[in-house]
Amino acid sequence: MSGTLTNRVFGWTSFTAFGLLLLTACDGRPWNNPYPLKDDGSNILYSEFSERPKHLDPVRSYVSNEYEILAQIYEPVVQYHYLKRPYQLATLTATDIPQPRYLDSNQQPLPPDVDVSQIAYSVYDIEIKPGIRYQPHPAFARDEQGRFRYHQLSDEQLSNIYTLADFAHTGSRELVAADYVYQIKRLAHPRLHSPIFGVMTDYIVGLQDYADTLQKTHAQRKVDTPDRTPYIDLHKLDLAGVKEVDKYRYQITIKGKYPQFVYWLAMPFFAPMPAEAERFYLQPGLVEKNITLDWFPVGTGPYMLTENNPNLKMVLQRNPNFHGELYPQEGDPGDREAGLLRDAGKPLPFIDKVVYNLEKELIPYWNKFLQGYYDISSISSDSFDQAIQFTGEGEATLTDSMREKGINLLTAVQTSVWFYGFNMQDKLVGGDSERARKLRQAIAIAIDIEEFISIFANGRGIPAQGPIPPGIFGHTEGEQGINPYVYNWVDGRPQRKSIADAKRLLAEAGYANGRDEKTGKPLLLYFDTAMPGPDAKAFLNWLRKQFQKINVQLVIRNTDFNRFQEKVRKGTAQIFRWGWNADYPDPENFLFLLYGPNKKVLNNGENGANYDSPVFNRLFEQMKTMENGPQRKVIIDQMLEVLRRDSPWVFSHFPKGFSLYHSWYANVKPNLMANNTLKYKRIEPGLREQKRHEWNQPVLLPLLVIVVVLLLMILPGVLTYIRKEHHSNNRSAV
Amino acid sequence: MMAYIIRRVLYAIPILIGVNLITFVLFFFVNTPDDMARMHLGEKRVTQEAVEKWKEERGYDRPMIYNNEADGIKTLTDTIFFDKSVKLFAFDFGQSDDGRNIAHDISQRMWPSLAIALPTLLVGLLVNITLAMLLAFFRATYIDITGVVLGVVLMSISSLFYIIGGQFLMSKLWHLMPISGYDTGIDAFKFLILPVIIGVIGGIGSGTRWYRTIFLEEINKDYVRTSRAKGLSELKVLFKHVLKNAMIPILTGVVVVIPLLFIGSLVTEAFFAIPGLGSYTIDAINHQDFSIVRAMVFLGSVLYIIGLIMTDISYTLVDPRIRLE
Repeated sequence: MSGTLTNRVFGWTSFTAFGLLLLTACDGRPWNNPYPLKDDGSNILYSEFSERPKHLDPVRSYVSNEYEILAQIYEPVVQYHYLKRPYQLATLTATDIPQPRYLDSNQQPLPPDVDVSQIAYSVYDIEIKPGIRYQPHPAFARDEQGRFRYHQLSDEQLSNIYTLADFAHTGSRELVAADYVYQIKRLAHPRLHSPIFGVMTDYIVGLQDYADTLQKTHAQRKVDTPDRTPYIDLHKLDLAGVKEVDKYRYQITIKGKYPQFVYWLAMPFFAPMPAEAERFYLQPGLVEKNITLDWFPVGTGPYMLTENNPNLKMVLQRNPNFHGELYPQEGDPGDREAGLLRDAGKPLPFIDKVVYNLEKELIPYWNKFLQGYYDISSISSDSFDQAIQFTGEGEATLTDSMREKGINLLTAVQTSVWFYGFNMQDKLVGGDSERARKLRQAIAIAIDIEEFISIFANGRGIPAQGPIPPGIFGHTEGEQGINPYVYNWVDGRPQRKSIADAKRLLAEAGYANGRDEKTGKPLLLYFDTAMPGPDAKAFLNWLRKQFQKINVQLVIRNTDFNRFQEKVRKGTAQIFRWGWNADYPDPENFLFLLYGPNKKVLNNGENGANYDSPVFNRLFEQMKTMENGPQRKVIIDQMLEVLRRDSPWVFSHFPKGFSLYHSWYANVKPNLMANNTLKYKRIEPGLREQKRHEWNQPVLLPLLVIVVVLLLMILPGVLTYIRKEHHSNNRSAV
Repeated sequence: MMAYIIRRVLYAIPILIGVNLITFVLFFFVNTPDDMARMHLGEKRVTQEAVEKWKEERGYDRPMIYNNEADGIKTLTDTIFFDKSVKLFAFDFGQSDDGRNIAHDISQRMWPSLAIALPTLLVGLLVNITLAMLLAFFRATYIDITGVVLGVVLMSISSLFYIIGGQFLMSKLWHLMPISGYDTGIDAFKFLILPVIIGVIGGIGSGTRWYRTIFLEEINKDYVRTSRAKGLSELKVLFKHVLKNAMIPILTGVVVVIPLLFIGSLVTEAFFAIPGLGSYTIDAINHQDFSIVRAMVFLGSVLYIIGLIMTDISYTLVDPRIRLE
């Protein structure tokens, strides 16, 4: 009996070990490679997404993770130059950068340098390049008679359709100006809820009227066809401010002068949309299978979305119909030395396929990056110390373990700003009185932003001296650029004013030692936030301590995000923390956050602090329509002085993005405005394959140790069993 | 038995209405339709007009449960609650608030959940019952005591620890399998090994102790003594007689969870990037998508009720003495 059991155990162990050895010998491929064997050595970029994009319809999408996909597929008329700084526009499908011509209220032409008050309309004449074609798509497929194959799908046809790839035929057609016109009309569609519709009604002539017409038509169609999403042919309804001139030209008329409008033209909101696509996707059978325009884009760009399983992965593949584009021939000084012009003049894109995998948790994502299964990675707080170290001069560098792997670090100050906002309608911290102003200035000194960046952002940020981030016109470096109400210029760098200065300001505001001089009561302020989790607790304790430094008590009113937003919207918050990410590289896109008519309360604008200074407003209106130049800079400086003095915000910081990429990933230069940068990137699959093998050899010894330990644990039991059975048999025999 | 099942199904209707009502009240106690609209429309440049249009488009512009302005039956039917609830009973889950077909999403996502949950349940059951049998066999010996102590230790460790520890050892350190991910078909196998192993190990502590208790209770009964007296070996006694008679309490625990295997596990799915229904529900809560939340709660309730009915039926299969009336 004993022998039989021992043999069995030995047999199983040998079988397991043999199995493992067999697996090892299979193909020499790392066992932990998550990708299919057929993709080994392919020109594929691997990236991740932690949350599925909500929208991939360019008229609805307004979030960076959606743009990461969309911008590779849809092509607006202009784009940002990949290498040149400051950010500048370059043509994409347009023949030239659109320039406005001005008209007076009688539609008569005006000279370009005319006073802004005379300009009633700006007209943008846009011409697109001929010969650009859409990606292959079933929406364009036609039969022998020239009719669309899939615009009237029968139940039988639908029964075999689960994804776009199930359509046997695809087609394409040339991009025409009418597609751009169609997309602008979609901004007003009541079903689509475009986030910029409200903004654009202020500019595009006739857009509001067009929306009203569409609303009526849409409502009627819903009554007529209640069982399906109604389709409206937007080509049949004219929009006064947007006209198709001919096959390759169209015209946009906006109200007054708005030089920033051209930046909007670089965003997916103004990308072309073929009407066939909308008609195709609105068929009820496809909607039921989640095959919609919001999930499967149709564009002319270098890539097309061939697989969109938001629960698993999204795959972009090279668009065979891409019109072709060349890598930039020139860049900034230093770009050539950095190897960024090595591919100058070569046809784009370089990468054949991009796979975005769903990774909800940071730990697996980070480890897969270290194993070479992701080509790029951000750095979370958890892995920061593993990846980054700071030199004596405070410069961030890679740790030795990262350098050994050939990993590179990329840093860039974001075109975003974080701030603490004071509700200017609050009786205590708000208002235009000297008392309130000094209170706000005292708080601005007390909140040690440098300490915040060091503790909570791992040094990833630079203290903000105003609302305009570096790289945007209007930002000033050096002594001229500091906020003199919070900083002194000492030894060639800004130094935060002392707490004594803050206390003096507080005393001048009538709160000496943190007590109201009139009532003797301690000064109690409220910080409204929606920050859950343990990290938030540490931050909120830190913030409380900042106020304690000037003997002010801070009460944290932590709530859920909905309530927090509601408080800011209704103006019942007192102090809050907020941020803004630039839509386009113009100071107007930051300064408008403090423009009076954009107040959150009543006007529901983006001015959450409800700041409304007549001087600032006047300067803003003047600055808004100006071209970049010395005159504009003077006005911006005046505006910044007003802001710094009034302190409706405590300027917190401009975040600094840190990201890592492997040695096989090339042509990497941060471009915070452009989203369509994938086409410029290059990878070396051979090197990646070699490194993956090197880094991921299976380690079998621990497994064998575990098996042996388990056997040793089982052995006493087996022996006891044998003894027990033996004893029992003997007793039976007796 | 048929009458019993019909009665149980009929009982389920008021339960489901109640669950649906509670879900509705809890959800809208935290989120207003305005909040939902703002969540879906994004944070930048959202106008009140856009919020109103969003609500109107999705039927969230009506009163919640009672419509004062309507007449007759419409006071109840022309409401968000009625509109969003009644179709559920025909298993028409409708569209999510961002326009996706929920039934289609569920049909896609239940398979990955099941791919992890089913092997974890079956392998776990096999391992736990075997270990519990061994502990019962070696009852009151040092092996039993060590097993019980180890069981308590294993029970006391958080499932998160098993996941992170498993990923660290098996994938990061030893490079034996992918750390996370999922694929369809046969390619899914390599992604399932680690979560299943972790799921099984994580359940050994509680499972083994539970089954050990059941077996020990059986082992002292008269029929076991009789079996031994007949001269059967201890292994035969345990695996042939004790196991069979212990099936009722085992079934109670197992059959009831079978339908719920479709619902998935939140933590496991998140850490292993498995596109199952657990993460679907949590994503919906985070995105304030009421349509998905109510559909998933409803589905969960239905499956739980089915599980309970199945448990009752399974009693009759393993114990002929039990009759459902």
